Amino acid sequence: MTDPAALATGPLFGLPLADLWFGLVFFILAMFLFLDGFDFGVGALFATREDDDERERLLAAIGPFWDGNEVWLVVFGGALFAAFPSVYANLFSRHYLLMFAILGALIVRGLAPEMYEQRHDDGWQRWWGRAFIVGSLTAPFFLGMFIANWVTGATSIVSLPALVVGLAVVALTVVDGVAFLRLKTRGDLRDDLRTDGHRALGAYLVLVVAALGSVYAVEPALRSALLSVPVLALVLATLAFAGAYAAATRADRYYVAFGAAAGLVFALVAIVAGLLYPSIDRAAGLTVETAIVSTLQLNLMSIGAAVLLPLVFVYFAVLYTAFSGPIEAGESY
Amino acid sequence: MIDPVLGSRLQFALTTIVHIIFPVMSMGLAPFLVYFTWKDIRTGEPIYEQLRRFWTRIFAVSFVVGTVTGIVLEFEFGTNFAAFSTTAGELFGGPLALEGMMAFMLEATFLGIFVFGRERVGNALYMVSAVAVGLGTWLSAVWILIANSWMQTPRGYELTTANGHTIVELVDPVAAYANPRFPWMFVHMQNAAVESVALFMAGLGAYFVFRHHVWEYPVENVAFWETTLKFGLIALLVTAPLQVLHGDLYARHIVETQPQKFAAMEAVWETDSYVPEYIVAFPTSLDQLLDPRAKEIFGIGIPGGASWLASGGDPQATIKGLEEFEGKQPPVAIVFWSFRMMVGLGFWFVLLAVWGGYRWWSGELLEDDLLHKALMLSTPLGIIAVELGWIVTEVGRQPWVIQDVLRTTDGVSPGLTAGEATATLVGFAVVYLGLLALYTYVVVRIVRAGPPDGDDLATRDTPEQPASEVSVDD
Repeated sequence: MTDPAALATGPLFGLPLADLWFGLVFFILAMFLFLDGFDFGVGALFATREDDDERERLLAAIGPFWDGNEVWLVVFGGALFAAFPSVYANLFSRHYLLMFAILGALIVRGLAPEMYEQRHDDGWQRWWGRAFIVGSLTAPFFLGMFIANWVTGATSIVSLPALVVGLAVVALTVVDGVAFLRLKTRGDLRDDLRTDGHRALGAYLVLVVAALGSVYAVEPALRSALLSVPVLALVLATLAFAGAYAAATRADRYYVAFGAAAGLVFALVAIVAGLLYPSIDRAAGLTVETAIVSTLQLNLMSIGAAVLLPLVFVYFAVLYTAFSGPIEAGESY
Repeated sequence: MIDPVLGSRLQFALTTIVHIIFPVMSMGLAPFLVYFTWKDIRTGEPIYEQLRRFWTRIFAVSFVVGTVTGIVLEFEFGTNFAAFSTTAGELFGGPLALEGMMAFMLEATFLGIFVFGRERVGNALYMVSAVAVGLGTWLSAVWILIANSWMQTPRGYELTTANGHTIVELVDPVAAYANPRFPWMFVHMQNAAVESVALFMAGLGAYFVFRHHVWEYPVENVAFWETTLKFGLIALLVTAPLQVLHGDLYARHIVETQPQKFAAMEAVWETDSYVPEYIVAFPTSLDQLLDPRAKEIFGIGIPGGASWLASGGDPQATIKGLEEFEGKQPPVAIVFWSFRMMVGLGFWFVLLAVWGGYRWWSGELLEDDLLHKALMLSTPLGIIAVELGWIVTEVGRQPWVIQDVLRTTDGVSPGLTAGEATATLVGFAVVYLGLLALYTYVVVRIVRAGPPDGDDLATRDTPEQPASEVSVDD
């Protein structure tokens, strides 16, 4: 920082910063899908619970976390904007209606639990309960569509890969939500969730295979990337994480199952990144090298991220430690 | 079907106008909550627990609505203003990313502890959470205002070409991010947020005090509302005069850096000296309805007032008129009237503060029903003044989105269709009006329910009570 001129001439420590930022953007997206993913999953599972007390426990489980989790999406947008502004501009304006569908779903999902708790009469809670479910199902579905369109470079909103990936992401959030809730609940509810987890996992695996198959069928340009070693390795990793998740869920090893759910999410996002690279926006013809910001700004942002992201992990560690373990009687949203 | 350019501008205006209400509430409440939490922990007096818990509820609702409406804004730069984002992203994206990582993460994580965790954590960590949430809301403002102020007074950049687009490239980060406008904006905005919440508190407090003492309609927890009124008044006594003094200096900075904005604020058409400050001004001809100071006007003004304001004391000073900015003039009427209303409200708040302070000093705070009514009516006016101030700032810089660099009309996404723009504009109009109604409804419910009392209050004044399991410090 002492000599701004040096920061403008070459990348910090000669690091491949453009590639690192490509990785970072997808890492942040994966953090969002993993963390807010379990909030979405809890919303989907909310639909399967009739009992008021159980519903209350589901909301109490995500209460302290969801807002922080959703900020990963804000940081994703910010990081993409800061490092690859032309990608941010092209991608978001091209998927105009889809972006607002995601935002609308997130508004409904975010408001619903807050509203649900404001009044305790049946009509009100039924209505906001439904809103919570709908928001929690549509947000990951639209996000999945967005991710699929990003990879394939589709210019229309609806395509076969988009629909299949959308459903796959919904199933994945349920897998994630079950793993999270089994950490946060006890008794019958915790046991019942096991079945939900197995079903969602089965659906996810089928949908992921279908998604990759549909991309293969629709996008000839991506066929060689789909069959490349890293992508195939990630598909195998997905199967391994799925096996670990199923076994850990059966054996009631809650943290292992939660970790395996994280593995599934990160593997999916890594597949997306692997299919794109070295391109970053196929429809706009932008690659990581052409879309990256100039050296000075990139260096400054890298310093900022290197200092701040470890702090973010500290905040999350403090939060998740304070609220570790099953929710206690009397705790509510 | 609306024109995509107009639609995008209206939509951005609508979404920011609604969004800013919630950050004003959370940033303004932050210092109060830090203080209440501190006093609650240190003294254990029930009143501070009541204050902390009651205002935390309002804060939490404001924060949630602020989050969901704020994410929309961050994405709108890409969806609706893609050309702007491509051109300015290198300078503009950085502050947004840092806002997310530095500020939003801090507030959103510690908010979980602050709202839900009183029984789960010890006093020290709880206090840290209160400070972290408050600090986060204010740091958010730092980065957002750095981004915004750079558009008003752009510095530290060069225009270059990348991928066939003209873009701004960062060359001097200090000049760009510590640009001349930033400190003015930050002080004016943060003080306004605290002032708005002070008015909100004083107004609510006055309502219940009025009901109890004047109307003699017994109010439970009237002591809580009396204290709320007093805290509101104290904060108002500090912030209201500061805002007027600072605003005056800020106006002079605008004369120097954005003369066409000042000309619009004062509706000065021809460059002139000894320009009067019109309090009200109406065109005498209906054709010129939107030109508050068109050639033939009826107005009431202070001779030399605007010149005095622009120069900092010289009524003879020359003000550049709008005629010197042919083709680059902001819409005058909106800026002129918003500025007048904002300034008028600013002085009204000073009057309220002095009036309330005097009544308190003379021991008649609880009896002066006219004061109570004035405070009640002023409950939302701080927020209204913030809105008006932002309208002056943002409409006043038109037609530029980046002053003298990029016009707003050239910043809109080129591929955006009229159908898409219409669909989302209508959607936002419906959803955001619903959101505002819902927020108001919830806040009213929280206020009606009043502060927690009786058995509901913690028994922290009996230390033999077993501490919560994860107690860090007591």
